[in-house]
Amino acid sequence: MRGKMMRRHRMSGDVVLFKSVGYSFLFLFAVVCLIPFLIVIGSSLTSEASIIKYGYSIWPREFSLSSYETIFKSPVTIFRAYGVTILVTTVGTCASVFINTMTGYVLQRKDFVWRNKISFYFFFTTLFSGGLMPWYILCVQYLHLKDNILAMILPGVVSVWNILLVKGFMSGLPFEITESAKMDGAGDFTIFVKLVWPLSKPVIATIGLFTALMYWNDWYNSMLFINGEKLYSLQYQLYKLVNDAQMLKKVAAESGMVVDTVPIESTKMALTVVVTGPIILLYPLVQRYFVKGLTLGAVKG
Amino acid sequence: MGEQKKKSSGFFKKVVKYRTLLLMLLPSALMVFVFSYLPMCGLVMAFERFNYSDGIFGSPWVGLENFKFFFASGKALSVTRNTALYNLAFIGINTVLEILFAIVLSEMAGKWLKKLTQSIIFMPYFISWVVVGSIAYSLLSYETGSLNGILESMGIDAINFYGEAGWWPFIIIAFSAWKGVGYGVVVYLASILGVDGAMHEAAAIDGANIFQRIRYITLPSITPTVITMTLLALGKIFRGNLDLFYQLVGQNGMLFDKTDVIDTYVFRMTIAATDVGQTVAIGFYQSVLCFITIIIANWIVKKKDENYSLF
Repeated sequence: MRGKMMRRHRMSGDVVLFKSVGYSFLFLFAVVCLIPFLIVIGSSLTSEASIIKYGYSIWPREFSLSSYETIFKSPVTIFRAYGVTILVTTVGTCASVFINTMTGYVLQRKDFVWRNKISFYFFFTTLFSGGLMPWYILCVQYLHLKDNILAMILPGVVSVWNILLVKGFMSGLPFEITESAKMDGAGDFTIFVKLVWPLSKPVIATIGLFTALMYWNDWYNSMLFINGEKLYSLQYQLYKLVNDAQMLKKVAAESGMVVDTVPIESTKMALTVVVTGPIILLYPLVQRYFVKGLTLGAVKG
Repeated sequence: MGEQKKKSSGFFKKVVKYRTLLLMLLPSALMVFVFSYLPMCGLVMAFERFNYSDGIFGSPWVGLENFKFFFASGKALSVTRNTALYNLAFIGINTVLEILFAIVLSEMAGKWLKKLTQSIIFMPYFISWVVVGSIAYSLLSYETGSLNGILESMGIDAINFYGEAGWWPFIIIAFSAWKGVGYGVVVYLASILGVDGAMHEAAAIDGANIFQRIRYITLPSITPTVITMTLLALGKIFRGNLDLFYQLVGQNGMLFDKTDVIDTYVFRMTIAATDVGQTVAIGFYQSVLCFITIIIANWIVKKKDENYSLF
């Protein structure tokens, strides 16, 4: 609307100044945001010799697919890591969204006497924590989560921020829905699943995306709890391979080996592309919901 | 006696009445108890010389020795200072860029261009920090980094970034902005677009130029959001972003002087598991610092505007 208004008038001096300076800054930043992605993609398509000689660059001087050949010659490692991450993300996100929305629903029920006390019970954990070490000892010594796939799922299930977001959203729904359904004899759980859930799609989509992104990008829990390679998450696998390749190169160089046979540098970038790929492909869809969700959170304050 | 009996029977009546709601709370309440409250009991280890055979409650008591050691080593001051200074830099630089870009985007006329720009600057938010670490390597590596490639092509000697700590404050602040600004822009853009367009039109008709409109309409409209976001960030000033620091710096000891924050220090000690008591003590110290700052930050928000306070 504002755009239309401006097109009617001739652009005055102040607008020209604002736009030239403002747009330049913004476009410069956008280019800076984009370039690293292009360097990674370009380098993954460059021959190893060319990278060693000229360094990573956006435009491949010598085009080569050898890095992708290296990865997909034995794709078991990367596919298995994909499998682990898809499993963890799916199970974790479903459990997390279900449990957090259910909690948020109960805590906003105006007729529930203990809602403030129990809300504080949850909220307090965002103010104070026992720290990493006691948590780690608990998980390893008492819950036996070492080398257990649950170690990557359970710690992320309950999110107090998501509960608060749900609580805020659902308290905006008319209480009469719950009230009249109760009069008709419906149970609390039925009301939640059959009546409140369908009305809460925006907040469910929002916390679902936040949670899925968190599980998908997690390397931390893998690093802390997983020793067996078979359970490495995708991100941790990438971390390991990039660092192992570095080690490999060092060892090879020290023993005077010819490193050229394994395209280490381009393979690192190809791995990065393979790991990032799905998120970037889903990006247009995901971004739309994210923006909506953020707005939702901002309104709540 | 009778009153107490009545009270407790009232309690049980309520439990029966709300049994479904309580059952619905059970999974999350249980998990929070296990993963958040139980570790708090582990804080007693901060006062012990912990060993696994005697366990959490049986290890010998050493009083404040673990804390003393941490402070005497000088590490306490350096990691605390790094954590606070980095967070201050992130808050300052990111907030300015976010507001600036949100305003420019809101004034942008072409819908298609606007969407594209916003999408590009939001993109880094979605990738993992491991990928960011790999990207940083592609730019900064001594032998093959593209930044060094550019320097060399201009006849300047390549810089060994991974060996010189002095560059890292800039690198870390740059990557923090690169990854985080897009998110903040979306938040601020939402509150800018919440302003009635008629206000801008009226101001334009009255002869206000674009800078005056921004100064007197746009900026006041986002001030509450800015204040709240900044105070909340200030409340977390002693919590370092482990993802960022660990994935960019990792175990590279040469850079610790300039890049070690409380979280990375605790993380490395946890992995190494050399001195459990001391690791717990540092975590405890950080928790207390965080607790105090968030209480203060919230108190200030509450004084300014009740609606924006957390609790």
